[in-house]
Amino acid sequence: MHPVLRNPKWLAQYVAVWLGLGYMLAALLRVPGGALSWRDALAVAVPLCLFFAFVCLTPWYMCRQLPLVSANGLKMAVSHASAAILATALWIGLARAIGYVFEIGSRLDAAITPLIAVGLLLYLLSVALHYMMLAFETSRQAALGARDAELRALKAQINPHFLFNSLNSITALTTSDPGRAREMCIRLAEFLRNTLGLGERESVAWHEELDLAQAYLDVEQIRFGSRLQVEMHVDEQCADCLVPPLVLQPLVENAVKHGVATLVNGGSIRVDSRLRDGQLRVTVENCFDPESPAPRRHGMGLRNVRSRLETRFGSAGRLAARADGNTFRAEISVPCQLTD
Amino acid sequence: MNLRTVIVDDEELARQLLREYAWEAGGMEVVAECGNGFDAVKAIGELKPDLVFLDVQMPKLDGFEVLELLDPPPAVIFVTAFDQYAMRAFDAHAVDYLLKPFHLDRFKTALERARKRLGQAQPPAAELAAAARPPGQKLERVVVKDGSKVHIIPIAKLDYVEAQDDYIALRSDKKNYLKQQTISSIEGQLDPARFARIHRSYIVNLERIARIEPYTKDSRVVVLHDGTQLPVSRSGHARLKTVWGEDI
Repeated sequence: MHPVLRNPKWLAQYVAVWLGLGYMLAALLRVPGGALSWRDALAVAVPLCLFFAFVCLTPWYMCRQLPLVSANGLKMAVSHASAAILATALWIGLARAIGYVFEIGSRLDAAITPLIAVGLLLYLLSVALHYMMLAFETSRQAALGARDAELRALKAQINPHFLFNSLNSITALTTSDPGRAREMCIRLAEFLRNTLGLGERESVAWHEELDLAQAYLDVEQIRFGSRLQVEMHVDEQCADCLVPPLVLQPLVENAVKHGVATLVNGGSIRVDSRLRDGQLRVTVENCFDPESPAPRRHGMGLRNVRSRLETRFGSAGRLAARADGNTFRAEISVPCQLTD
Repeated sequence: MNLRTVIVDDEELARQLLREYAWEAGGMEVVAECGNGFDAVKAIGELKPDLVFLDVQMPKLDGFEVLELLDPPPAVIFVTAFDQYAMRAFDAHAVDYLLKPFHLDRFKTALERARKRLGQAQPPAAELAAAARPPGQKLERVVVKDGSKVHIIPIAKLDYVEAQDDYIALRSDKKNYLKQQTISSIEGQLDPARFARIHRSYIVNLERIARIEPYTKDSRVVVLHDGTQLPVSRSGHARLKTVWGEDI
């Protein structure tokens, strides 16, 4: 069904526009010779426009059948022209019938030529508007699709190095420390489940993001042992802020992969999140070896997070990242929304 | 005879697993364990083990870089978590590699292969490392050993490379570093968008070139920003033309 017919509010607005057009058409009918009174002109124009309002919804079906990009031009022109002529014939026919009923047929004669022109124009204008509407719709769908694809890519991005190294650590622990092997299996499972689960959702609460990052860091902690120290400072107030899923974990993963893992003696990762002036502010800070070669896929995780924050929050969502000596700092700042 | 073995991995648990497998497999003596590339180069240089288990991703120096600096190279079994760049099969040099996590049986197979090639002649370490490095992965930096010191030269700081018999001289920051590698081997590892082989004996960093001048009737020289002149062969000139177009 046509979107205008699906939504009563839109339908009311649409009809109102056509009533306005009906008034203008009445004014037009009075001009040639001035033979029609306002009353007669309105009696013809208003029902005519109300009828045509619905005729002008029909191009929606045709426009969808003949999309601008793929249809052949000639076929499109012929189809729409025939439909326009048919619609105009109905329009003139109805005008005549109304003229007959109100016994003003003869005085309407002079107005027939402009009526034909107006009918054709209105119909073709509606075709053009429908194409615009479809193009708009397509681009919106594409944007949604792109966002989904991005999320899928992100989920698929569970770092294989992390996964296989963790499995290797578990393999080592099974004989030396079965208890810790089990603990690590469970934490790894939690991390994987949360990554897959959170990715499905539009928004997640900040505390869920923190839990995911914590599960990830717990696993890495077992892998790296004393080389990895983690400090988490969390302001309870921001626990319920809603954010797009998987914005913190990529930052924490970068901090391990390009930071602590590049250092012989390891180092620490500081995660700090607080609420200030209605903004959720998050800092992930780590040390790294400035002499280690720049990571190959540098900034891909950061870029992905940044673009998703911008999609959600516009210019109010920011991610800044910079290296300062041997410290790398990523800062997220987004408005704290509590409901979608 | 016990196989004298060094284990190199930055993760304690990974080293522990290799130690355990080595004990299970028998006939091995772990003479050292190292947690990073620098320690590995030092320990292997001093202890001259028969076999090294070498992690690929480590702080400071990666596994390939460590291998480059070992002369003569011992038998090496690479250990890596993920075959991201489709690591080459090491048939040519019979070096093996293990993907984490691996089973004891797979470990024993790798050990057998290593035993078989003990005592066989080895190509120079840098050649071996060049063959082991995944193809298509261009060098980000060059490592050179100078006595007990290890120099790391980032590619952006490398001015040019000059062939000197079995060695190459790497020019960087007004200093020369000698390395046992052929010029063709390093040419294959350098990004052709940044470096060009302008002569049988010279590879130049394209960003260092100030101009090209005629030298004799049909030969030319490139002049670097610091004034150094390097000869350009006819085919070298043709190569520069493909990078910069005909008008040079």
